Amino acid sequence: MNPRPPQTVIEVRALRNQFGAQVVHDNLDLDIRRGEIVGVVGGSGSGKSVLLRSIIGLNRPAAGSVRLLGVEMTTASDAQRAQVEQRCGVLFQNGALFSSLSVADNVMVPMREHFRLPPELMQRFAALKIALAGLPENAGAKYPAELSGGMVKRAALARAIALDPDILFLDEPTAGLDPIGAAAFDQLILTLRESLGLTVFLITHDLDTLYTICDRVAVLSQKRVLVCDTLDKVERYDDAWVQEYFQGPRGRSAELAAHKAQTAHAAAPGGA
Amino acid sequence: MQATGTANLERSGNGVAASGDWTLADAPRIAALVARMRSALPAQARVDARGIGRLDTAGARLLLDLAGSDRIDGLDANRRALLDAVARVGSAPEPAPPRDGSLVALLARTGAAVEQVGRDAWQLVGFIGLALATLARCVPDPRRWRPTSLAFHLEQTGLDAVPIVVLLNFLVGAVVAFLGATVLKDFGATIYTIELIGYSFLREFGVLLTAILIAGRSGSAFTAQIGSMKSREEIDAIRTLGLDPVEVLVLPRLLALLIAMPLLTVLAMLAGIVGGGMVAALSMDISPTLFVTRLHDLGAVKHFWVGMSKAPLFAFLIACIGCLEGFKVSGSAESVGTHTTSSVVQSIFVAILVDALAAIFYMEIHV
Repeated sequence: MNPRPPQTVIEVRALRNQFGAQVVHDNLDLDIRRGEIVGVVGGSGSGKSVLLRSIIGLNRPAAGSVRLLGVEMTTASDAQRAQVEQRCGVLFQNGALFSSLSVADNVMVPMREHFRLPPELMQRFAALKIALAGLPENAGAKYPAELSGGMVKRAALARAIALDPDILFLDEPTAGLDPIGAAAFDQLILTLRESLGLTVFLITHDLDTLYTICDRVAVLSQKRVLVCDTLDKVERYDDAWVQEYFQGPRGRSAELAAHKAQTAHAAAPGGA
Repeated sequence: MQATGTANLERSGNGVAASGDWTLADAPRIAALVARMRSALPAQARVDARGIGRLDTAGARLLLDLAGSDRIDGLDANRRALLDAVARVGSAPEPAPPRDGSLVALLARTGAAVEQVGRDAWQLVGFIGLALATLARCVPDPRRWRPTSLAFHLEQTGLDAVPIVVLLNFLVGAVVAFLGATVLKDFGATIYTIELIGYSFLREFGVLLTAILIAGRSGSAFTAQIGSMKSREEIDAIRTLGLDPVEVLVLPRLLALLIAMPLLTVLAMLAGIVGGGMVAALSMDISPTLFVTRLHDLGAVKHFWVGMSKAPLFAFLIACIGCLEGFKVSGSAESVGTHTTSSVVQSIFVAILVDALAAIFYMEIHV
């Protein structure tokens, strides 16, 4: 299906992060290939968000290397770094929409900063991104304070894909959404991945999300990536935390639901 | 891999061949190309997209402007998916609400602003009543006193404000003395600089400058603190825990300011007089002894109490405005900023207004 050879777009080697005496990551390795959706899981405080911030360059690691789209981020010049950042979209946990701008203006911020476009064209593209993120037409004129939690996430997603990024970073995209909204958001990410060819780095606690959309799952534990593989291999990984995570009551029911959905999918041919 | 290069559109036979990179960076030029080509294109013409290098959503949107998805050939599966995704969702921007720039709109805005001022004033009166009622309810009941909170706010609004209040009044005192000396020298009455300093700092400047500083320093802090609590639903949490936000948040701040403001005013008066006295001693040869003696003959104590009588009043108003504006915050961080500005402007305005009224009052009763 994909004519391009699998190419590593995120390559983390021997990453070390520490705050004061507290070591968050030590000797952490992670590879993410083009076009895949990788879910990152781990207990609270295991440093998932710190890992994300280190990869996108918001947090300077104490040691190790982070290569993003082939650029070594820890030593890159500002210009190189800006170029890479343009090709990354980030959805922060609480959306981080600019509260003084309407949704459409939020989406237009990166376009306005990086390209010279006539306003009408920019408005059309912003409306396109807002629609792609699954928001109704009239959402563009609204301000972040007027949006519900789910709409804030979608608006933030619209801003994250404003420049057609190669890599999309999502920090708990479905946290705080109702199950229907969360499932719809999962499908949205799948659709965007198919149509825009995105690589997705996804931090989540949502087991349904893991089972529905992730190609591979990286488990963050003991200050490093314990295992990063397809779900059925991760599930069988011999580690107490991993076993409890996936074999606990919630893990089991999410797996069952995913299995059911798949068989239903297979039984109904023609449904793309 | 397809050839890359600048985007182009060419007639080929019955249809159009698209080539080059169709991306956001080149969108204005592509949009112009598409607009030109579309008008010259027969209705059922097909588009050959085989020559396209890079294609993103913006390019896909513009390609769809040229022809429907079913009339575009030569796309691989990934691109077809992109094109279909873009085609499925509309991209007509919501038309911006028409801006009424007429005279009527100006009048409407003026009217709305006046109405808002009236509503603000009414709300402030209501809030003052609420604060007083809560105060009356809590003072007789020692279990409801909050000494820790009070001490914290005393330190923030009182102790921490001492350096800036003293410095500012000292400098203004020196400036007033210089002005007085310059004007009064022509009449050979430089000695009256002492009266000028004494009158102005004891009756007006000491308390007024302190009020303005406190409005900027503590009033704004009250608004920002309560406002950010409001926007994070902490105020609602206080209510659901069966506590009264006015009692928990407003009273400690109000009492702290009621205590701190008179103390700061005394320091302000002293600093202003010392500043004036220093200029008098250094540039007019008026000895400190003479300065103090004349100040005493002036009836300084009476003027001191006139000034001091205003301090608690200003403190009460500044605290009430600061807290009320905090409670008015809704939603975003921007709202916190707006209300903080509004709090400082209102506090300073009210302080100067009340000061003017008080000046007339004391003049009429000959104090």
